[in-house]
Amino acid sequence: MPTLEATAPARPAQDGPGLWRRLRGHQGRNLWFVAFIAPFLLGLMAFVYLPIVWSAYLSFFEARNTVTPTRFVGFANYTYLLTDKLFINSLLTFVAFAVFIVPTTYVASLGLALLLNNLKWGQAFFRSVFFIPTAVSYVIAAIIWRFAFFSGARFGLLNQFITAAGGEQVNWLGGTNSLYWVALISVRLWLQTGFYMILLIAGLQRIPLETYEAAALDGAAGWRLLRYITLPQLKATSVAVILLLLINAFQAFDEFYNMLGSIGSYPPYARPPLVHLYLIAVGGGQQDLGVGGAGTMILTAIIVLFGVGQNFILNRSGK
Amino acid sequence: MTRQRFWLGVRYVVLVILALLFMLPFWVIVRNAFSTNKNITSATWNWLPDQLNLTNLTTLLANDSIGILRALLNSAIMAVLQTGGTVFVSLLAGYALARFTHRASRFMLGVTLFTLMVPVATIFVPMFIITAQLGWVDTFRGLVIPGLFSAFATYLFRQYFLDFPVELEDASLVDGCNPWSAFWRVVFPNSKGIVAAVGTIILIGSWNAFLWPSLIGRDATRTVQVALSQFMTSQGVRYPELFMGSLIVVAPMLVVFLFLQRYLVQGLTTSGLR
Repeated sequence: MPTLEATAPARPAQDGPGLWRRLRGHQGRNLWFVAFIAPFLLGLMAFVYLPIVWSAYLSFFEARNTVTPTRFVGFANYTYLLTDKLFINSLLTFVAFAVFIVPTTYVASLGLALLLNNLKWGQAFFRSVFFIPTAVSYVIAAIIWRFAFFSGARFGLLNQFITAAGGEQVNWLGGTNSLYWVALISVRLWLQTGFYMILLIAGLQRIPLETYEAAALDGAAGWRLLRYITLPQLKATSVAVILLLLINAFQAFDEFYNMLGSIGSYPPYARPPLVHLYLIAVGGGQQDLGVGGAGTMILTAIIVLFGVGQNFILNRSGK
Repeated sequence: MTRQRFWLGVRYVVLVILALLFMLPFWVIVRNAFSTNKNITSATWNWLPDQLNLTNLTTLLANDSIGILRALLNSAIMAVLQTGGTVFVSLLAGYALARFTHRASRFMLGVTLFTLMVPVATIFVPMFIITAQLGWVDTFRGLVIPGLFSAFATYLFRQYFLDFPVELEDASLVDGCNPWSAFWRVVFPNSKGIVAAVGTIILIGSWNAFLWPSLIGRDATRTVQVALSQFMTSQGVRYPELFMGSLIVVAPMLVVFLFLQRYLVQGLTTSGLR
């Protein structure tokens, strides 16, 4: 479970003849530390932190079709985005999407983990079956969902079932209704559930057997065992899983883009933040990297605030 | 007792039904990859393929608008370089963060955990700007290098090394090794499992990546995911070729996954999240 660990406040460096020795550390340990960490540190600086700083700078300028700022515009890019209905909608889309996908994936993963836990025969087989979609890309899953399962034509698998039952053929992804959410949620469930199932199985296996035995002696069984023993003991793993699910939902891009987009265009609805940012900053349209920079800063701020809030709540509740 | 056996039976029935559902998408890929267009778009669903030969494969390979062979090669180059590079960088950094405990190290740990919180995908616009400034658009450098610095991989390695017995290294240090050679002679050979686990995660993620390659890999370095995505939205899309393409793109990862799954499960269970 990633938590931000407090770093000690830096004491002012003491000058003196021993400075170099102090910097090197005992048997040059500090130098070795630098040698081991340097590639990672320099890479992070160059390709994560420098870009963030650069885009913070760009976000105050107009930068159409160029990566160098042309005209200082102050907070105009921010006010533009925060009053842009499509951008606000993209944030609301994320909220709606997260409200569906996070609990569903968690419950599905936990369900699979409970079904498999302590299974004597075939556990490894079933675990592999549920885990293996992790190896499939969102692009390929989108192809299957778009052209085979949720095709609006008559040959789509779901439409086959519906027409066989005497119903009307459904236009799943066309935007004439909100049923595209069924496709978007189910594709992510298929791809993700197995991964979180593995994490939850690991969590279940860490619950000491004696706890169950003691509870069983007290007459607890079935749902009560789940409610009063399993779920509380699984809290740490559950919190980690839910946090990961939320971060992943925030990054949703591939399946939206590939299931709903068509040659160079994307419908105005069902745009999660990254899709919207992609469309306004790099794909087609206006290509204004200043606005793109402002969008990045807003999204980063949201996720950082969110992470800090999460840590705060966890620390308050004493983990 | 009979009641317990009844519920166990129910459990297996549920598991078998779910397993069939989870396997269904794979079956659809195989069915469509070996079907004629007529079979796929038939008014009644056919569960079986109707063209069990390599016709779809040969038409796919001959289709220059996809360029699947070139794309496969590009993806393979990208995935191998990215996996090797990320494992190398993160292995060293994770080891440093676990073994050195002074102030600078604690500070770097904080930076790593903070980076873990901000997903790289949210900063794709500025990353793209920097990469474009460097002139790396449509190069393998642009595809690979910006993604080499994974806080996630570093964190997983650090968690592993926290439990690694320090006595082994101390012994080799006494024997006259410096920390660098001690790392490669003693620590690395005993860390194959976690390297395989993290390597598998990075390899699959890299092969399956879409957003970054769609920005950088334009022509010469177009990857398979981008090629399939462009083909599926193009006017001339043909289902049998599209699904044959999906089959040959997903197959290598399924093989890798089945072989390395054991390490992946171990790695996820023993380190990282708890």
